[in-house]
Amino acid sequence: MTDFEPKVLALCCHYCAYAAADLAGSMRLQYPPNVRILRLPCTGKVDVEYIMHAFEQGVDGVIVAGCLEGGCHFQEGNLRAKKRVALARQVLEEAGLEADRLEMFNLSSAEGQTFAEIVETMTDRLRKLGPSPLRKHGVME
Amino acid sequence: MGFQHSSTPTLQYSAGGDSAMIVAYRKNIQELKTALAEHKRILVLGCGTCVTVCLAGGEREVGMISSALRIAFRLDGQEHEVLEATIERQCENQFIEDALKEIQEADAVLSLACGAGVQAIAERFPAKPVYAGVDTKFIGVLQEQGVWTEKCIACGKCVLGSYGAVCPLTRCAKGQLSGPCGGARDGKCEVSPDVDCGWQLIYDRLKALDRLDLLLDPAPLTDWSQSHEGGCRKLVREDQRIKVEV
Repeated sequence: MTDFEPKVLALCCHYCAYAAADLAGSMRLQYPPNVRILRLPCTGKVDVEYIMHAFEQGVDGVIVAGCLEGGCHFQEGNLRAKKRVALARQVLEEAGLEADRLEMFNLSSAEGQTFAEIVETMTDRLRKLGPSPLRKHGVME
Repeated sequence: MGFQHSSTPTLQYSAGGDSAMIVAYRKNIQELKTALAEHKRILVLGCGTCVTVCLAGGEREVGMISSALRIAFRLDGQEHEVLEATIERQCENQFIEDALKEIQEADAVLSLACGAGVQAIAERFPAKPVYAGVDTKFIGVLQEQGVWTEKCIACGKCVLGSYGAVCPLTRCAKGQLSGPCGGARDGKCEVSPDVDCGWQLIYDRLKALDRLDLLLDPAPLTDWSQSHEGGCRKLVREDQRIKVEV
């Protein structure tokens, strides 16, 4: 499937990844257009259910992007997200989906370049993994 | 009422910051998928009491497990409808009625309640297949966020008053009532270095309370007929019953 273009959901913290994505845009950095950004007040807002529902809807991969460890605007939201992402990866694997379709990244708001690289990394990985087998059941085509 | 429920409210919540409860842990998704394979319309039913507090079978876990099941079924090419509901308590008929419609409309129920809740649902709906979605572990407390420890084996004849409120039957791996076994090292049980020696805890606490004299009394034999060894237990309180004997 050479023409496969993955659809990636990025759950981005307002204080870092979202601003970094904005910066990447201002810097005119090129990164794959496969990502759909959802802004959250903090990655601490991420619940396992959000991630599971996204996969149910047919996304090929999910990025959770939060502040650098120790740099959370709400002290430890990103550390909580890290644990929830670990649980979600475990549950996805139990359900039969590759855990590598989900990954958490940490970056600061000044890292536009890092954001572009994260999207690049995930898109490449998902191209290799292929489309989510749930795609045809979800709302995403 | 279709079933009798012997309620022990003191086990549900303690007055302190820690909440006492029945502690459970979710079953593996593949295990659940296999068990439920023959049913097309499945209701995942959460319980809002103990299993919500121990993060095993509340509304949030219902969402996660239902979603994982939908994914697992679809990946197998199976068409199943997985529905979600959570009620306040599954161990009381009065609350079960809150999910009456949902349960009736489902082919099977995956209950995320403790063993008591699962059986209460099954007894209330004799023709409905009911499955356990969690493994009920023990009666315990939240020691710290994410850590639960067993505190009571529900022996039926509480001896805590004689042991400085540290249960020798639960906290001592050997359940010894008349003193330590001699296998402990540095206050840890020989069963595992992660387990505190129950008798060390009893001794330390009674010493702090200046009540070591309590240990001088010989412990009476345990009446295990009051425990589960005496068969399935039932508590009947005539003062609380509504049905009047004529």
